[in-house]
Amino acid sequence: MNQTRPPIDQRAPLLRMSHVEKTFRGNVVALRDMNLAVNQGDFVSLLGPSGCGKSTALRLISGLMSPTSGRIEWTGGQSKDDLGVVFQEPTLMPWARVVDNVWLPFRLRGVPYTDVKDDVLEALRLVGLEKFQRAFPRELSGGMKMRVSIARALVTKPRLILMDEPFAALDEITRHKLNNDLLALREQIGCTIIFVTHSVFESVFLSDRIVVMAARPGRVIREVQVTAPYPRDEEFRTSADYAAHCREASEALHDAMGEAA
Amino acid sequence: MTIADTTPVTTEDQEELARFRRERVMKIARWTLPSLVMILTVLAWHLYVAINEVPHYVLPGPGLVAQKMVEDWGILWPAMILTGRLTILALLFAVIGGVGLAVAFTQSKWAELSFFPYAVILQVTPVVAIAPLIQIYVDNAFVAALLCAWIVAFFPILSNTTIGLKSADHNLSDLFTIYGATRWQRLRYLAAPSALPFFLGGLKIAGGLALIGAVVAEFVIGRAGTGLGLASTLLEASYRFNFGRLYAALILISVMGVVIFALMSLISHLALFRWHESALKRES
Repeated sequence: MNQTRPPIDQRAPLLRMSHVEKTFRGNVVALRDMNLAVNQGDFVSLLGPSGCGKSTALRLISGLMSPTSGRIEWTGGQSKDDLGVVFQEPTLMPWARVVDNVWLPFRLRGVPYTDVKDDVLEALRLVGLEKFQRAFPRELSGGMKMRVSIARALVTKPRLILMDEPFAALDEITRHKLNNDLLALREQIGCTIIFVTHSVFESVFLSDRIVVMAARPGRVIREVQVTAPYPRDEEFRTSADYAAHCREASEALHDAMGEAA
Repeated sequence: MTIADTTPVTTEDQEELARFRRERVMKIARWTLPSLVMILTVLAWHLYVAINEVPHYVLPGPGLVAQKMVEDWGILWPAMILTGRLTILALLFAVIGGVGLAVAFTQSKWAELSFFPYAVILQVTPVVAIAPLIQIYVDNAFVAALLCAWIVAFFPILSNTTIGLKSADHNLSDLFTIYGATRWQRLRYLAAPSALPFFLGGLKIAGGLALIGAVVAEFVIGRAGTGLGLASTLLEASYRFNFGRLYAALILISVMGVVIFALMSLISHLALFRWHESALKRES
């Protein structure tokens, strides 16, 4: 089911962060005055050096932490099944088979496996791992474990998927493959993604919009729109358009680093 | 085919063959070497006793011990059953108590703060020192002996399981929070499986300690009411200078220890071999 996404300026709002601040132990400012609007179908990257508050922003959105001040509002309110999360590590349960790992979000809602078997297998098919459903995580490669983690995040068809540097620990070749596959996946299921990364190239290749952030204190410096149309493939990686966007994002990141120094 | 093509293949084959040979030799050596040591030791023991004409009440020869083992089997076998029952019951209660307390400690910080120091005190006080008191306050001698063995065995299970329950992956724990897991779900699906390898490590130690506890309890509390276990049989044999029976009982106690250890290792292997790092066989 190929869902057509409306153009970027005509999408329905999903999440809005207004003047969000996070301060640790009274004085360490992790995030200052962050404003971000995420619309349905967006692929938004948070790009910045370490310490810029991009992971803090994700933890605030996921509800693992509450903002010191400011508001995070969901259109139509937030419920348990709004979120899927992918961490930097695959974060699978080593004692559980691949199917049981992907079933987990349902299981924690008290849904028996037989009721959602089709959804679980469909999610595994989407990430190309239907043949490995009976395997244990240790039998899989790093890239395959990440795929299982992605399948788990999208199995409940959440309104928003948060990804915290999911491919940072993988080798370049695997990362490119997973980037391609992630975009293909998004074309198929039309999910909304907030993607944290410190790679300019990755953010340009994947996103509609790049939110460039600076450190000490963590804050948003600039937003870069990547106007190149989807689907994007290997050809896009070598295009002049891609290079131009990379330069723009790099300059913004450079400004961010310069200010921090 | 040129020589350049064939040479590397042959070398590889030879390496492979050499590896197979090494593996086969290792496999045989694993059993034969300890057996050989055992045979030589028994032989040396026999020769030492025979040549020096050591009296049997100082050191009985292996022949005499074997003879006693057969002759006294009617006494030794029931004694072994009794000590075995004591050990296994103590281990069972140690698992129940250790795991139960560990769960209580991890569920409630207050419970841990209040009671953990006392669990440590119970552990560090030598059981030989407490046993006579237990004998006085507990009427039933079997229960008293059980209590002694339990005190020794439960601590490694408690401490290992407590660490294990707290060792769940932090990101997984966050994931459970995001998906709104209940306390019970978190314990059942995250903390318990994370704790399993730690618990099984504790169980291996506790198995051996339960036997030691049972032997100590039999020594201190004696045959009064407990019936005649292996340790009390051993003690009694020493009073009667029946050193053949003493050695036979000693050997049986060792055999029990080995069997318990093997059993715990087997349980551990069966529970972990599919997924845990400790059970993985690695190439080369």
